Amino acid sequence: MSADNSGGGTVAYIQHHLTNLCVGDCDPVTHQATGFWAFHLDTIFFSTLLAALIVVVSWRLGRSLQADVPSGFQNFVETIVEFVSQQVKDTFPGHNPIIAPLALTIFVWVWLMNFMDLIPVDLLPLMASWMGIGYLKVVPTTDLSTTLAMSLTVFALIVYYSIKVKGLGGYAKMFLFHPFGKFFVPVNIVMTLIEELAKPLSLALRLFGNLFAGELVFLLIALIGGTMAVGLGAAFWLPLQVLLDLGWLIFHLLVITLQAFIFMVLTIVYLGMAHTSDDDH
Amino acid sequence: MNITATLLAQIVAFVLLIWFVNKFLWGPLNGMLEARQKRIADGLAAAEKGKHELELAEKRATDALKHAKTQAAEILALAEKRGSEIVEEAKGKAREEGERIMASATAEIEQEVNRAKEEIRGKVAEISVAAAAKIIGREVDAKAHDKLIKDLATQI
Repeated sequence: MSADNSGGGTVAYIQHHLTNLCVGDCDPVTHQATGFWAFHLDTIFFSTLLAALIVVVSWRLGRSLQADVPSGFQNFVETIVEFVSQQVKDTFPGHNPIIAPLALTIFVWVWLMNFMDLIPVDLLPLMASWMGIGYLKVVPTTDLSTTLAMSLTVFALIVYYSIKVKGLGGYAKMFLFHPFGKFFVPVNIVMTLIEELAKPLSLALRLFGNLFAGELVFLLIALIGGTMAVGLGAAFWLPLQVLLDLGWLIFHLLVITLQAFIFMVLTIVYLGMAHTSDDDH
Repeated sequence: MNITATLLAQIVAFVLLIWFVNKFLWGPLNGMLEARQKRIADGLAAAEKGKHELELAEKRATDALKHAKTQAAEILALAEKRGSEIVEEAKGKAREEGERIMASATAEIEQEVNRAKEEIRGKVAEISVAAAAKIIGREVDAKAHDKLIKDLATQI
């Protein structure tokens, strides 16, 4: 992303909001990462914070489980857990004890990270600026590093279980003979390679794209009342901004849940495919 | 939007989170849910068993009741039969007794009648002798005419 500030305040505003708090190999002017060894502290901070929230809540809940008469919050968690468990049962063939907790983690964590999108876009960066932090991008899932981190972990599991279930030979056979049979081995390798690599890429890019776009729309809506109109026009633009923001907020609530759900279900499906012997191909 | 080392940090965080969720949330919660499921299933099975047993007991009770009723009916019928038998017996005895009394009474009456007849005969003979004596004018010796008197008496 180039640091083109010629568009004036609007572009600067948006670019500022889309810039991570970078530490390490970063450009001192644009604050974009220039090398691999750059850490987006805001992404790491908020995702870890939310992970810590999950950890604390689940640890406290796990210690005080009521088997007989569950309390309100336990009911809520049980609902989520049973929902995920049902998805795994419906989609995943066979039995693997890691799939359900993995799916649960993805669903809850992704949802929470997505939820950061619903916090007013200027609130947290403003608070950060009071503490002298110039850049803050609060939604970890609008950072490709986060989504790719999860999808690559899932991909590693896919490869691991593919080899474990099908054997190294079976896995290699899948690459050699998969879509078109034994007479098109080179084509097959390319096709299967693309197919396999598309799994983590599509997982990561889908989530990243949806949330990035959502964040961008929030920024644009925020611009309506904030930058575009000063003076009498604000009487018209501010209510419009509130209305649009509310509408997008409600719609986005659906989107973040849907994206978390899609990431979870596709993870289950991909791992389910890894667990099936491809004798029928 | 470069891929940076943030990726590694996020992978570590993700893996740790999965491990934690598995160990401290999914494990206990799922174990509890499974235990609860089992308990509910057991409870339902027990309820089903109890219901079945209740049905059996009810059936047994009905059978026993039916049996008792038939038995009671049998006893009742037997008693009635016995009662009517006794009545019949009593009737028969009474009839016999009545007949016997009747017969003895008849016999007595006949005896009385005979005796009266005898008496009357004797009296008639006496009267006849007396009348004859009056007619003849002298005393008829009863002994001498004993045969005659007796014939007379039998003729009456």
